[in-house]
Amino acid sequence: MEIPYTVKPRPDTGVYNGKLGIWLFLASEVMLFGGLFASYIFLRLGAPEGTWPNGLMNVWAGFFNSIILLLSSVFVTMTWAAVKLNDFKGFKRNLAITMLLSLVFLGVKSYEYNQKFHHYGVFLKDASSPVGWSVQITGHVLNNIEKDDHILLAADAYQPSDWRSAPKSENADKIKENPALRFALPGVEITEEKHDGEPVLKIDKKDVFRSSYFVPKYNSFFAIYYTMSGLHALHMIGGLVVFLYFWTFGSKMFHTHRAQFANRIEVTGLFWHFVDLIWFFLFPVMYLM
Amino acid sequence: MSNVHDSHANDHGHHEPGFWQKYIFSTDHKVIGIQYGITSLLFMFFGFSLMMAMRWSIAHPGEPVPVFGFLIRLLLGSENAAAQFANNIMTGTLYNSFGAMHGTIMVFLAVVPLAFGAYGNYVTPLQVGAPDMAFPRLNMASYHTYWPGGLIMLISFFVPGGAAKSGWTSYSPLASVADHGSGIWHIFNGQTLWLLGMVMLITSSLLGSVNLIVTIVQLRVKGLTWFRLPFFTWAQFVTAFLLLLAFPPLESAGIMQLMDRVAGTSFFLPSGLYVGGQALDVSGGGSPLLWQHLFWFLAHPEVYVLILPAVGIVAEIIACNTRKPLWGYKSLVGAALFLGFISFSVWAHHMYLTGMGTKVSTFFQLTTVIISIPSVIILTALMISLWGGSIRFNSAMLFATAFLPMFGLGGLTGLPLAFNALDLYLHDTYYVIGHFHYVVAPGTIFALFAGVYHWYPKMSGRMMSETLGKLHFWPSFVCMNLIFLPMFLQGLAGMHRRWYDGGASYELSLAVVPILQPLVPVVNAVLEGFGKSPVEGIRAIDLNHVMGWGAWLLALAQIPFIINVLGAWKFGRKSPNDNPWGCTTLEWATPTPPPHGNFLTVPEVYRGPYEYSVPGADKDFTPQSEPPKARS
Repeated sequence: MEIPYTVKPRPDTGVYNGKLGIWLFLASEVMLFGGLFASYIFLRLGAPEGTWPNGLMNVWAGFFNSIILLLSSVFVTMTWAAVKLNDFKGFKRNLAITMLLSLVFLGVKSYEYNQKFHHYGVFLKDASSPVGWSVQITGHVLNNIEKDDHILLAADAYQPSDWRSAPKSENADKIKENPALRFALPGVEITEEKHDGEPVLKIDKKDVFRSSYFVPKYNSFFAIYYTMSGLHALHMIGGLVVFLYFWTFGSKMFHTHRAQFANRIEVTGLFWHFVDLIWFFLFPVMYLM
Repeated sequence: MSNVHDSHANDHGHHEPGFWQKYIFSTDHKVIGIQYGITSLLFMFFGFSLMMAMRWSIAHPGEPVPVFGFLIRLLLGSENAAAQFANNIMTGTLYNSFGAMHGTIMVFLAVVPLAFGAYGNYVTPLQVGAPDMAFPRLNMASYHTYWPGGLIMLISFFVPGGAAKSGWTSYSPLASVADHGSGIWHIFNGQTLWLLGMVMLITSSLLGSVNLIVTIVQLRVKGLTWFRLPFFTWAQFVTAFLLLLAFPPLESAGIMQLMDRVAGTSFFLPSGLYVGGQALDVSGGGSPLLWQHLFWFLAHPEVYVLILPAVGIVAEIIACNTRKPLWGYKSLVGAALFLGFISFSVWAHHMYLTGMGTKVSTFFQLTTVIISIPSVIILTALMISLWGGSIRFNSAMLFATAFLPMFGLGGLTGLPLAFNALDLYLHDTYYVIGHFHYVVAPGTIFALFAGVYHWYPKMSGRMMSETLGKLHFWPSFVCMNLIFLPMFLQGLAGMHRRWYDGGASYELSLAVVPILQPLVPVVNAVLEGFGKSPVEGIRAIDLNHVMGWGAWLLALAQIPFIINVLGAWKFGRKSPNDNPWGCTTLEWATPTPPPHGNFLTVPEVYRGPYEYSVPGADKDFTPQSEPPKARS
């Protein structure tokens, strides 16, 4: 006995087995990412007021990637249409464009990751603060922090741990003239040097509560950002591998079992649309909000 | 997903498949079902053995484990044994490891794979008249991600520090900071391996549940409408949805805990955490509560994953052995669907102790009380099904009928736990242990045993021995109650559930249990017989000995079962026909054992699943596939 409805839809349900299977799989994926989005909300609501970082992400890179993914979704649909129209060349071309677009996405993503991995943050020690630190300064490291007893930081931003207890700057007027003065904090020495237009700070390690590059352990935002965008990228790589198989060895089926091959493209395409959809939630949540 | 066609075409080649293809990398749902069955029964025995060692530690703290100590040394390896099992004495650390692994193995590696992986795989496609599962290769992949998950769990006993110790619930922050060794053992330690093993098991259950749902929806044969599906298939259907939708949040939680342990994030670590007097070098700002929410969002539906297939098995066996239709079939189906639906909204009743607000706890108390309604409907319908039947008490039916009061006891003792105020007192005591073990051990596991006795003739073509079956049932029934009934008394007396010394160092556990006072003369008479001095009352801690003996005797009671299962495969009486019990559902319409492809011709269904003792019929059962008689 053959397994029925592997290619043709079952009349009363209207779908073939693979299609129902992928929808169920996507339902479970919704729950997987749903758990992570729920965690994002939980962590963000639980963070002390004003400590959730804003503006750390490269919005234009994210926007560019959104457009790329949108286009790849269009091309995966055109790939399926080409198979349906028995257009082998069109199938090859459209699928190749889809794969190229996803490679562009992953390339931009790795560029963004790399930028973050080279960004550094310092939490200044404060014994009076309940969490042990009061201000974080971010920027680029200029010295060998493993060896030296201080950190030379080309600083680009600072953020107090809690707005309500933020140390009030005594020289608010002067900051307009000399923005470097916003880093005039206990334990921070503002040097005369500049690096890429940013003031270079000298911070003694003994005044540092904790410090690290922008890696997952830096704070809750980066933890959830890397986890979710990493998981999303893994999904893309998975889809890419399947596409690559269809484009090379798997394409034999185009000529032998075309109806089934169209189903395969359709099912993988559904997965691909879903991965795009996840990104359209990730982008506003991680980059804009 | 859709490469089914190929594999199936290959399987129908004319050459006889070799040993590996036929028994190891088989795509046949029946072989995979049996693979699941054997593997999960082995894991069940292993998880049970861990519990016996723990029971020894509880009843005889500080005394060396007799006879079987060498097995534990073998399990741990020399280094861990020296640290945690010196002189064959269980330490608290080892007890914690065994406790965590007992829970994990029993739930995720034994009961669920047996109930869903084995029975779901073997029986469901037969009951819907399908030639195989919808995606046979996916099915094979599901099994071959399941056992490596189990293997990873077993390997974790050998790594320095031993297996995970943070409970089967793996609560953070304990689970996030525990077990970190130096060097490579910073990552490859018990707790991290536990997480990796869980990721494998979750993947396996995802593949299995997608497959089962598609099989039921798409591969039902002609005439098998939804309300002609056997209740077992309905139960598996709801179970598959629970696995499909409840497991992923735990997977995301597992990923986050893995990040906490490997990448140093603080998803579940609050600010200002000190371990061993040292401030942790983490960002903080995470929430231990988040882990509990994500964990219990899975783990409550998981309870119904444990129960529903068992209820399905019992329903089939009761209908067949009472020779009358299942009472309230539609109510049963409705109850199962409602149960599955609402099981997603009760999870926080496991978390009353976290000090949640009254509004939130009111909501969860309400949903928890509501969920008892479909459970009671199911139990009531099964009880009424017995009424007025001429019951055939074979081994399967004995286990199935014992399921009802045992599951009922487990369910009813759960009701007080639904209420915040009572739960605060009872939650960390043995009362809770007794409650859920009554549901799962003499409940679900009895139903799973019943299933083995019921479907064994179909799987092997041979009958199991009824004598050995009864020798298995009665001692098991007595011992199960010896183990779990005293837990309620201990729990009400205030005994904490995590003591490795069984409460020897705790004053309350030394108090006399008043309700047992009438038994004192009997106990004293026995003690006198052994030449020991009489006692004035039975203390809560004394019950540890009763429970210990219950556990060890329960192990002995499984010997007839092992002999029966293994022996009957070769020496059992040949099944007289394809349908030795006279059942109506489609799995009995196949040849015995079913060949590859299951049915000789595509069956067609003409009637509901439980047409037993139909007035005017020529026999007391009418199979679903029997065409209606032409009118004379």
